[in-house]
Amino acid sequence: MSRAALVLLALVVIATSMSVYTTSETEQAILVQFGKPVPGVISEPGLHVKMPFTQTVHRFDKRWLEFDGDANEIPTKDKKYIFVDTYARWRINDPLRFYQAVRDERGGQSRLDDIVDGETRNAVASFNLIEIVRSSNRVFQVTEDLAGIGAAEAMATVEMGREKIQAIVLEKAAKITPEFGIELVDVRFKRINYVETVQQKVFDRMISERKRIAERSRSEGQGRAAEIRGQKERDVLAASSQGYRSAQELKGEADAKATAIYARAYSRDPELYQFVKSLETLASSLETGTTAVLSTDSELLRYLKGAGER
Amino acid sequence: MTGPLWSPGPPETGGPSLRIPNVQWPQAGVLRGILFVLAVLLLLITAYYQVEPDEVGVVQRFGKFDRTAEPGPHLKLPFGIEQVTKVPVQRQLKMEFGFRTARLGVRSEFAAPTPETIGEAVMLTGDLNVAVVEWIVQYRIRDPRAYLFNVRDVPQTFRLMNEAAMRQVIGDHSVDEVITIGREAIALQAKAELQRLCELYQIGIEVQQLVLQDVNPPDLVKPAFNEVNQAIQEKERAINEAWADYNKSVPLAKGEAEHAVRAAEGYALERVNNAEGDAHRFEALYEEYRKAPAVTRKRLYLETMAELLPKLGKKVIVDEKVRSVLPMLQLGNEQEVKR
Repeated sequence: MSRAALVLLALVVIATSMSVYTTSETEQAILVQFGKPVPGVISEPGLHVKMPFTQTVHRFDKRWLEFDGDANEIPTKDKKYIFVDTYARWRINDPLRFYQAVRDERGGQSRLDDIVDGETRNAVASFNLIEIVRSSNRVFQVTEDLAGIGAAEAMATVEMGREKIQAIVLEKAAKITPEFGIELVDVRFKRINYVETVQQKVFDRMISERKRIAERSRSEGQGRAAEIRGQKERDVLAASSQGYRSAQELKGEADAKATAIYARAYSRDPELYQFVKSLETLASSLETGTTAVLSTDSELLRYLKGAGER
Repeated sequence: MTGPLWSPGPPETGGPSLRIPNVQWPQAGVLRGILFVLAVLLLLITAYYQVEPDEVGVVQRFGKFDRTAEPGPHLKLPFGIEQVTKVPVQRQLKMEFGFRTARLGVRSEFAAPTPETIGEAVMLTGDLNVAVVEWIVQYRIRDPRAYLFNVRDVPQTFRLMNEAAMRQVIGDHSVDEVITIGREAIALQAKAELQRLCELYQIGIEVQQLVLQDVNPPDLVKPAFNEVNQAIQEKERAINEAWADYNKSVPLAKGEAEHAVRAAEGYALERVNNAEGDAHRFEALYEEYRKAPAVTRKRLYLETMAELLPKLGKKVIVDEKVRSVLPMLQLGNEQEVKR
């Protein structure tokens, strides 16, 4: 009895282990019976029961799954060649259909490749580059030194913008994926870059733009300096001429005053003034050692010839 | 604890139902003892776990979320019935974009740029230029359940979210804003956008800080950008020098003008004073002269002559009547006279 019981026990254990399975929080599962999926999805995590031997469990991830596209060279509407690198997140929302349509994740990834790349290509090709890069029409802040910089095309108004274009890609691609049991939850442009030849042209433009600004800045500096030098000359001349003017006015007034004083005094006896001044001039103007020829007729020497006659 | 288990005590403790009778293996008791000990060890190993202070343990029973466990020692149902995943919720995690720190230290060393890091950093700006943007993001796992169960490969997803969010914000700023004046605003906006994506993806992450590191124009155009900076410096220098010259010249001119005015005032005072003096002197003389004009006149003349004549050198006195002699007179050469 005890040996038979032991064998029975072993059989029960084996049968139980064949009919009991668990799914994790991150998993969902379907059952396949003789290669045919059993309707219904096991989405609750935990312990589950199935028919032993005849049913096999196929597990699928329940989480958002990764999709990282390749960088595709796509021309925009305004014929700019750019690399667009998208990423997406998706999840298996109908494991039964997913299993039937693409079998496994690898199959799903390859379908997504086609769908997401195709929709990205369509969207990018129908917008100008500026629409894909910018998200709004915010006005760039510019410092005074750099005013006037920037390509004219960058000033164009944005009607859609990056986010809306991403949303268009998502919306269109998400319409296709349900037939594979896939829900596409997000598509985003990861990277947008110029292709090599365009990049070179952009660099050239950046360089010439900067050189122009540098040149302008230098000549602005020189211009402003010249202005200041002019201001300096003006202020210097203003100050010195003002000084000269005041000085001359002061001197003139003094001269006038002095002239009046002299006139008032000397007009009392102009002849006396002439006499006194002549004497003074004589006394001060003849140098020591000057040869003098004196006539005996002079007032001084008239007595040299005699006592004079009265 | 293992001591009594290894004791030669009978293996009856294993439970009578598991006793296999009639097996005549040699040392069957020892073998059973070993099996029992192994079973207990396995039980302990699979039941005991410890959660570190900066972690939280997420316990799943048969794969289904059951509970979270705070730091400390814990027990769970053994043999894989319950599984625990430890998530470092208190730890501040960090990701680098556009560069990699090779070695942390007082002076961190950075790994040489690789195609991967360059790819992360190069992006288009809103004015359709190109900038090279490096940044770091610091984050924390806020919701360990969401972190574990909602999105597969969270770190890689988070990286892509970062790249998309940063490019979206940079795409709405000019290259000059990106490099200079807009840095702070860009970091804030990118952080907000990233957090928004985290909510959208239910990824259980809280973005704590997003900091822009080196932000540069591409290497090929860097010299041109530097030239602009240099030109701005030159401009400022030219203006400063002009002002310096101004400040040197104008006050000097003002001082000189002031000097001229003061000197003129001096002249005016002197001129008027002299005039007053001369006038008074003359008037005084006149008052006395008027009383005896003839005598005074003679006196003045003779006094002047008396003062003057001794100073003179050669004196030639000529009689009015022999005037014809005068032309023959040798007046001597100039040098002699001067001496």
